[in-house]
Amino acid sequence: MYETLAHAAQTWGLIYFVVIFAAVLVYALWPGNKKRFEDAARRPLDED
Amino acid sequence: MTDKPADKLLGNDEAGVFALLFWTAVACLLIVAKTQDPAMEIHAWFGLVASVAGAFALIVHASERRGTPPDEIGGKPNYHMGPVKLATALGAFWGVVGFAAGLFIALQMTFPALNLDLPWTTFGRLRPVHTSAVIFAFGGNVLIATSFYVVQRTCRARLAGGMWPWLVVWGYNAFIVIAASGYVLGVTQSKEYAEPEWYADLWLTIVWVIYLLVFLGTLWKRKEPHIYVANWFFLAFIVTIAMLHVVNNLAIPVSLTSSKSYIVWAGVQDAMTQWWYGHNAVGFFLTAGFLGIMYYFIPKRAERPVYSYRLSIIHFWSLIFLYIWAGPHHLHYTSVPQWAQTLGMTFSIMLWMPSWGGMINGIMTLSGAWDRLRTDPVLRMMVVSVAFYGMATFEGPLMSIRAVNSLSHYTDWTIGHVHSGALGWVGFISFGAIYCLVPWLWEKKRLYSLRAVEWHFWIATIGIVLYITAMWVAGIMQGLMWRAYTELGFLEYSFVESIDAMFPYYLIRALGGALFVIGSLIMVWNLWMTARHGEPAEEAAPRTLAAQPAE
Amino acid sequence: MWEKHRAFERNSIFLTVGILIVVSIGGLVELVPNFYLKSTIEDVEGMRPYTPLELKGRNIYIREGCYNCHSQQIRVLRDEVDRYGHYSLAAESMYDHPFQWGSKRTGPDLARVGGKYSDEWHRDHLIDPQSVVPSSIMPAYPFLADAPITGREIQRSLEIHQRLGVPYSDEMVENAAVDVFAQASPDHPAAADFAERYPGVAVRAFDGDPRRVTEMDALIAYMQMLGTLVDFDLYDGQADINLR
Repeated sequence: MYETLAHAAQTWGLIYFVVIFAAVLVYALWPGNKKRFEDAARRPLDED
Repeated sequence: MTDKPADKLLGNDEAGVFALLFWTAVACLLIVAKTQDPAMEIHAWFGLVASVAGAFALIVHASERRGTPPDEIGGKPNYHMGPVKLATALGAFWGVVGFAAGLFIALQMTFPALNLDLPWTTFGRLRPVHTSAVIFAFGGNVLIATSFYVVQRTCRARLAGGMWPWLVVWGYNAFIVIAASGYVLGVTQSKEYAEPEWYADLWLTIVWVIYLLVFLGTLWKRKEPHIYVANWFFLAFIVTIAMLHVVNNLAIPVSLTSSKSYIVWAGVQDAMTQWWYGHNAVGFFLTAGFLGIMYYFIPKRAERPVYSYRLSIIHFWSLIFLYIWAGPHHLHYTSVPQWAQTLGMTFSIMLWMPSWGGMINGIMTLSGAWDRLRTDPVLRMMVVSVAFYGMATFEGPLMSIRAVNSLSHYTDWTIGHVHSGALGWVGFISFGAIYCLVPWLWEKKRLYSLRAVEWHFWIATIGIVLYITAMWVAGIMQGLMWRAYTELGFLEYSFVESIDAMFPYYLIRALGGALFVIGSLIMVWNLWMTARHGEPAEEAAPRTLAAQPAE
Repeated sequence: MWEKHRAFERNSIFLTVGILIVVSIGGLVELVPNFYLKSTIEDVEGMRPYTPLELKGRNIYIREGCYNCHSQQIRVLRDEVDRYGHYSLAAESMYDHPFQWGSKRTGPDLARVGGKYSDEWHRDHLIDPQSVVPSSIMPAYPFLADAPITGREIQRSLEIHQRLGVPYSDEMVENAAVDVFAQASPDHPAAADFAERYPGVAVRAFDGDPRRVTEMDALIAYMQMLGTLVDFDLYDGQADINLR
């Protein structure tokens, strides 16, 4: 059982998390999202 | 939302708070009547008096109040800053108490006569008083204050829940009193940073769920589609702490009138659960929550948007994902299975990256405004705190490596590491946030004395440096003495020789701690003078409205 | 696809659930297998549950916060094994609710302190540590010798342990409130029954005074059995590969 679990974690687990991380990276760095994030970053500054 | 029909004394929120206090009082009364456990009796009396007093204050408030405070006045949000003010003041108060308790137990380690031979004053009972007072009382009140402030301001919405936020602040502080007085009386689960017994844990769970609902409720009322990143960190802190707290504290009380319980987990599983909790108390209470503070207060004070909002998104998801795995690095070379130790170490090392991503994001927010560091000691305090965060989050992964850990574990190096994070990062970012908040909340133009902030900054910084350097030397020396062999293959030092060698370093550490306490006293004086004698802010439009009882 | 993350940014419930999922993964992977993998806890000879008096002593150890300065976990490192004895096994703390491994050694490890010192030494040391270790920085616990123990809550304590899987017999549970006194008073009428229920366990006046059973008795009884249960002649350890 230990071997099965360890094997799954070391292959599919790794691939799965790398893909998710890549997705977060792409999303955060996607040029189309730039403007939105810049607006969001100003939130604390443009309060009333 | 206070929603008070003409024919009713209490709004829905007030009725809810009243019901909770009423049933708490009933439960306490039953325990007072039945218990044979002296500590439980004291705590039940405290709970009874506190909940009756709370219910009484609630009724008085409801009968004197006319109408309900509106969400908006003149198109501007009518912020609810009362609970924020209270939590800020209590945070500063508990900070001094917690730092002073730390100084006292540091002195006990140099002069053991200070244990006084009494049950209530030994190091073993007072050490949790110190850790809980600084982490949960000081840190917790600062987090409640800042999260309630930031969520309102960045959502442009009044705090949700009407009366409930008051219950969160008072209820949380009641938990603190029960926890700390319990340790002194010998009531403890012995799980580090989770010492409070089952009934205190139960009460905290209720308060925490209400805290989550108030926070979420405010997010639901927001006027902006986007939820500002500081709120993500606060939300992750609240949600994850709830999960950790419930799982780690699962216990069976000896009886409903006894202060003693037994944890359901045993041995290895308990050790794994405890350090999964323990390390993520660091990760989510002392890191994620305070990063929420960083992402609001540094941009606000520097008057510049955060360096990279995109980095903050990556920072957030990778930090919360990686942190939760790091616990087993507290258990290297122990009876915990090696695969778990290896996982803990691997993720701890990876954690270095998002940690430094966050540090870069915080510090680089100043780019183009570096001169502010010279002129504004409050901003400098916060930036230095982020630098300490960077230092501690480099040292942490280093110490999580098994070979390094074999030397550092069980020694004062760990204590030094914790304090570079606690005094440097958590302490300074909290002081910075409090220095910002007090003039804002009490509607003053500025702090009473920026010179006093300068003094606080330098005295506390010197204190931290003395503290952590003394502990590095002490810890590494302990580790090396314990593993030293003579030429003939015998252990070179007896254990007590390693204790003898600690005296000068423990003394220097106490000196560093004393400087930190002095700094915090200067802060409290400054805050008091600001609130009482500060120059009023000129245009106080939205905040004054918040303070006025609305018709 | 980007709309999906926008949902996190705009919908606090998505964000909350997303956070919960992300922070659950690590805990599930690291905690759950420890309950199911048989290799986690070794097969050993000699482990038994704590006697009622030892359990009382353990609760005093917890109450006084001894774990703040003393570990009970000998790591698989050469100097630790030389200094303290065989490295700790998972099996040795399998009945511990909660565990007492500690995280700091301001004082020495206590995992195998049992039998290393005499009862008198422990009593003197607890009453005035500096009288036996002149440069000790340990607090003194003179009040333990004056605090009589009660049988209150002890039966229920064993019952809870039994329910949590600690192998107490029903007889042990039923007699807990008597056994807690019997173990520290050799002349107690139930002393013989106690010895039968807990074979091989020491019955003596741990604090030197057979007339009263105090917290001092309980704490010393607990410390004198620490790390003494497992028969290492019959244990074939695999973990030596970790020895530095």
